[in-house]
Amino acid sequence: MTNLLATLALALATTQHSPEPAQHAAPAAEHAQPAAATEHAQPHGAAAPAEHGAVAGEHGESHDGSAEHGGGHGEGKETLSDVMLGHVSDGYEIEFPGFCHGGFSFECEVNLKHVFGDSLVLHFGSTTIDLTPTKHLIMLWLASIVLILAFLVSAKNRGLVPRGLYNFLELLVQFVRDEIAVKNIGKEYADRYVPYLCTAFFFILFVNLFGLIPYAATATGNIGVTVALATFTFIITQYTAIKSMGLGGWLKHLTGGVAVWLWPIMIPVEILGLFTKPFALTIRLFANMVAGHIVIMSLLGLIFALGSPLVAVGSVPMALAIFGLELFVAFVQAYIFTMLSSLFIGAGLAHHGHGEEHEEHAHAASGAGSEHHGSHGSHVAGGSPGHG
Amino acid sequence: MTSTALAFLSAGFGACLAVLGAGLGIGRLAAAALDGTARQPTATGDIRTSMIIAAALIEGVTLFAIVVCVLLAIKA
Repeated sequence: MTNLLATLALALATTQHSPEPAQHAAPAAEHAQPAAATEHAQPHGAAAPAEHGAVAGEHGESHDGSAEHGGGHGEGKETLSDVMLGHVSDGYEIEFPGFCHGGFSFECEVNLKHVFGDSLVLHFGSTTIDLTPTKHLIMLWLASIVLILAFLVSAKNRGLVPRGLYNFLELLVQFVRDEIAVKNIGKEYADRYVPYLCTAFFFILFVNLFGLIPYAATATGNIGVTVALATFTFIITQYTAIKSMGLGGWLKHLTGGVAVWLWPIMIPVEILGLFTKPFALTIRLFANMVAGHIVIMSLLGLIFALGSPLVAVGSVPMALAIFGLELFVAFVQAYIFTMLSSLFIGAGLAHHGHGEEHEEHAHAASGAGSEHHGSHGSHVAGGSPGHG
Repeated sequence: MTSTALAFLSAGFGACLAVLGAGLGIGRLAAAALDGTARQPTATGDIRTSMIIAAALIEGVTLFAIVVCVLLAIKA
């Protein structure tokens, strides 16, 4: 369903092709680059100012995430695809309803470049690193603050019988631990990875849900964020694999068990294969989040593309339905990311005996039981004459 | 044809093929899930969970293709 509508979105975007492709192609292609800021900082042109005014009120009621369109500043001609990409990509402007321009307005803007100026632009000789916070970064911070507050506030209701918000959060944490961690990693090692898996699950969930709030943006729709999350999973997976197989065993795994003369072919292929899974994690999360928003915006953009307010009668209910699907997809994508992470960690742990760390886990109930009971038994047997 | 026109054309075709693939794949998945539920109604919950997970994974793969198409449509 989402794919069908993503196709529709593509059709809309291409029919609304701007007359100067060179001007719009470059910034639109770079999502998190500061170069995009100059394009987004231009005042939003209005294709049909009258319709914007009429629809803005309707959007205010329907609470769609991409409800606001640029007001009638009138400078420059912006196409539908520019508006859609502007909403989804990162930039330096944050819009919110408030009091500005002498009165209440739905489109007050804060330009982060103006707020921070040059204070966070670092120069190292000839290279410049621009660390000015962008819209997605602010959204990440807000989601983190909400997440931390939610857990801190609910922890007061802890007790033998949990109540309130803590009850609900404990349900989710227990779900992550039992259904995701223990099922894929195994009972003895699950508790080491549950903190990371819970963090990933709740963080992705909250950031995804933040994108559905009007005027906020989905930070997981920024490929930088999903790459970072997948990199964390990659690091933890490889660290687990190396710890459980030893560095030599892990390197041997990279050769794939073929004859020595095949290694020059095998090793690059295997190394490439190592990166396939995090790449898939990245693109899956990123594309799911971005596609949902583009679909909603293209449905609403149909109103402008077809030019008549009557289209809204069919378009807005469909957009609401896709909004509900987006809500569902937010949960599902968080679950899928966490489940696949735990699957990869579990796969890394499944190889061979688990190295030296078993000495610490002498109290482990299950695991490679007989082999270690035997070794412990021999230790005890060897030691008892000394103790006796 | 200019490269811009070809890029747009390929973006359109690519999106259609991606949707075809997703539709076929998830359709077969749903058929199997319904068959299983019909045979053993008590397993409905497990089957539903597996169905949703598999659907999300298949959709993820098609979204790879959609991302490529969007890149083509933007650059064009």
